[in-house]
Amino acid sequence: MADLSIDFVGIRSPNPFWLASAPPTDKQVNVERAYRAGWGGVVWKTLGEDGAPVVNVSGPRYGVLLGPDRRIVGLNNIELITDRPLEVNLREIKEVKRAWRDRALVVSLMVPCEEEAWKSILKRVEETEADGVELNFGCPHGMSERGMGSAVGQVPEYVEMVTRWCKQHSRMPVIVKLTPNISDIRKPAEAAKRGGADAVSLINTINSVIGVDLDTLTAVPNTGGFATHGGYCGPAVKPIALNMVSEIARNPATHGLPISGIGGIETWRDAAEYLTLGASSVQVCTAAMVYGFKIVEDMIAGLSDWMDAKGYTSVDQIVGAAIPRMTDWQHLNLDYIVKAKIDETKCIECGRCHIACEDTSHQSIRVEAKAGGGRRFVVDEAECVGCNLCASICPVPDCISMDPLPEGAIDQRTGLKVGGKRTWLEHPNNPMAKNPRPHPNAPAPAE
Amino acid sequence: MTATPDIVAGRLPEAVLDANFADIAPPFGSLEAKIAADRCLFCWDAPCTKACPTSIDVPLFIRQISTGNRLGAARTILEANVLGGTCARVCPTETLCEEACVRNASEHRPVEIGRLQRFATEAVVEAGRQIFTRAAPTGRRVAVVGAGPAGLAAAHALARAGHAVTIFEAKEKPGGLSEYGLAAYKETDGFAGREVDWLLGVGGIEVEYGRRLGADIDLAALTGDFDAVFLGMGLGDTNTLGLDTNAAGVADAVDWIAGLRQAADLSTVPVGRRVVVIGGGMTAIDAASQARRLGAEEVTIAYRRDLAAMGASDHEKEIARLDGVLIRTNLKPYSLVAEAGGIVAVEFERTEVVDGRLRGTGAFVKIACDQVLVAIGQTLALADLANAGIALEGGRIRVDDDGRTSLPKVWAGGDCTNVGEDLTVAAVAAGKTAAGSIARALSV
Repeated sequence: MADLSIDFVGIRSPNPFWLASAPPTDKQVNVERAYRAGWGGVVWKTLGEDGAPVVNVSGPRYGVLLGPDRRIVGLNNIELITDRPLEVNLREIKEVKRAWRDRALVVSLMVPCEEEAWKSILKRVEETEADGVELNFGCPHGMSERGMGSAVGQVPEYVEMVTRWCKQHSRMPVIVKLTPNISDIRKPAEAAKRGGADAVSLINTINSVIGVDLDTLTAVPNTGGFATHGGYCGPAVKPIALNMVSEIARNPATHGLPISGIGGIETWRDAAEYLTLGASSVQVCTAAMVYGFKIVEDMIAGLSDWMDAKGYTSVDQIVGAAIPRMTDWQHLNLDYIVKAKIDETKCIECGRCHIACEDTSHQSIRVEAKAGGGRRFVVDEAECVGCNLCASICPVPDCISMDPLPEGAIDQRTGLKVGGKRTWLEHPNNPMAKNPRPHPNAPAPAE
Repeated sequence: MTATPDIVAGRLPEAVLDANFADIAPPFGSLEAKIAADRCLFCWDAPCTKACPTSIDVPLFIRQISTGNRLGAARTILEANVLGGTCARVCPTETLCEEACVRNASEHRPVEIGRLQRFATEAVVEAGRQIFTRAAPTGRRVAVVGAGPAGLAAAHALARAGHAVTIFEAKEKPGGLSEYGLAAYKETDGFAGREVDWLLGVGGIEVEYGRRLGADIDLAALTGDFDAVFLGMGLGDTNTLGLDTNAAGVADAVDWIAGLRQAADLSTVPVGRRVVVIGGGMTAIDAASQARRLGAEEVTIAYRRDLAAMGASDHEKEIARLDGVLIRTNLKPYSLVAEAGGIVAVEFERTEVVDGRLRGTGAFVKIACDQVLVAIGQTLALADLANAGIALEGGRIRVDDDGRTSLPKVWAGGDCTNVGEDLTVAAVAAGKTAAGSIARALSV
């Protein structure tokens, strides 16, 4: 059986599944329940500076984007950092860590952008024997209005400065949690690395308005007749987060910087995808808030089974495994030719491929009447550009396949024999191409 | 003195009767509807719509349910089929839209189109909400004979077009088979009546009850008094066994069901202890199942051909079987056995098909019973049309694709004509088509 244990910047964990800093990790009782359920680690809900704690709204804190069966697609929240006294949290963290030596316990922090504030809290966290700290530079609502959270994360210079303070004033590993509410995620990641961060974690939530109540004409959640934007998370944000994780993993300036992946992870499959794109631990929040801590059981079993099936024996073997095959568009092979193929034996004749192609793509799926009644959908290879919209929207798994044309076959659309490998950088249509090449099988131009 | 067969009312306690005659397919709640709606794939040029005689845009109305636009969903349905509420309950969807559903191919289970249609239409029909308006009055008058599905559909479309419509209905209530003929558990709580009230609410339609063609009115007079006439009186006669049926306990199934449907209290409807239903169509099933649900101990459907030849759909047969009805085939009624004037058994001759022809085998079987319900088909009441000079085909009124009969100014639709299946939805489609043709004729 595959070994799921990880050593993330010196923090050991029996599996890569951590709970993200959020309501599920606000209290000892929750965290211990999570450990009992099997979670490898937690990032304790963000602590603020000593003194009167923050105050949360006493009304709805969440808004949801639902699928038809009320399945959560996305969740937004307007909850702030912990609203419990600092000393209570620190005492509980210490007790938990003593009782659960084999689990990871990282403490999320957010204090004002002053060196003394950071120095002071780091000292107190260190006394708890927690494994590390995560700097919350991501929270996009409420705290950002007070110059913290994403207000820091959006300014790479601040990220670097605060990270440096933390490395100076603590011997603990420092993970910098990044906000996605920024145009280029590589910049704050580079800044964190310059400041000495041991790792980055991402993404924090995305600025969001989840919807509007059309009866009251008030966005949700409604707090006494007014609404504010929140932070968006859940399955819907996964693609955004995966891109950002891979960007950091691919960036030469940050390549090799450990990443804790966060955003819409519900299953072992999601987690495995994050790992292959460069994360070496993953953090989960929404899925636990929707289904409870038990979901980790199949995350562990599923990841382990998949690794066994593929012959992987340890997590580090899959970390970043898909990164060598991530590239920029300009490096894609424009001479790679694919055609849609519809398996008539699987087709249920809904016609969606036809209408999608006809209305919105390349008019390359014909309808034919079947002899015994019913209809048949046939790809016209002379029109098909291989876009795979049909295969993507087909309701039947594996009914439409996208088959690459073999070298030497004729592409009915261009009339050219398939062959060659030109990217945009070599394509004659690119005015910037340094060494443009015609298609290798194109007829010689007339003299 | 005539012996009284064992036909009594109140075989079951009221609570059991209530349960037995409750909605056979209870209405969806809004969450159920949303989940069911999510299974619709929004097919292009959808097979379900093509399978619907009234061409309801099924994918569109289901999408409207899923977007929370229930009113819009109802409008989509009712524009195509003004009796969409009844059709949602009584259509044999398993042989129409739901049979065509592509989900059958992927999951062996169609989208529940009928129940979704009911959910949508309830928002308008049950709520009594008018969504249609009439065009400016045209000054033209149209007579409609029969307030069944065909006549109502035609009347509604003509009224919307601005014509003044008078419906002549032989019975005391509108609705036709929806009101009198279908099994009670298919249309519960007087829905058929409420639907007609809603339909008539569009305005411009007068209904004269107790006015039967051939007795109280005649076709020649109608064509003289009105600009156009639509005949939608259905089938007024039933086939008879051709046997001596004078014994007590033998009844026509259509009449027996009508009595049940009109009974204020089901515990007053008499039913035999052992019932034999003769026939193989929907009426036979409705009679047999309802007899069981009233408390008959043994109910047998006897049909002269084989199972596949029965007019009742597989789904209907399944309902009957679940009700504990025994379906016996290849049995041709031979004689009714009476004792002291009361029925005690039916004697059948076994049949077989030789060279495509049904024939008796000379073997006989007796089924003991206290009550016989005859459901061997309905026919056009030809006497009502005597001297009208209207052309018939196969014993029914001949119409063209527009519903025109051989007589000028006279259209027809529904069961009384020679086209279309004998289904509510087919009658609605025919009424709608004929109304369109009438409106075009009146506008020139």
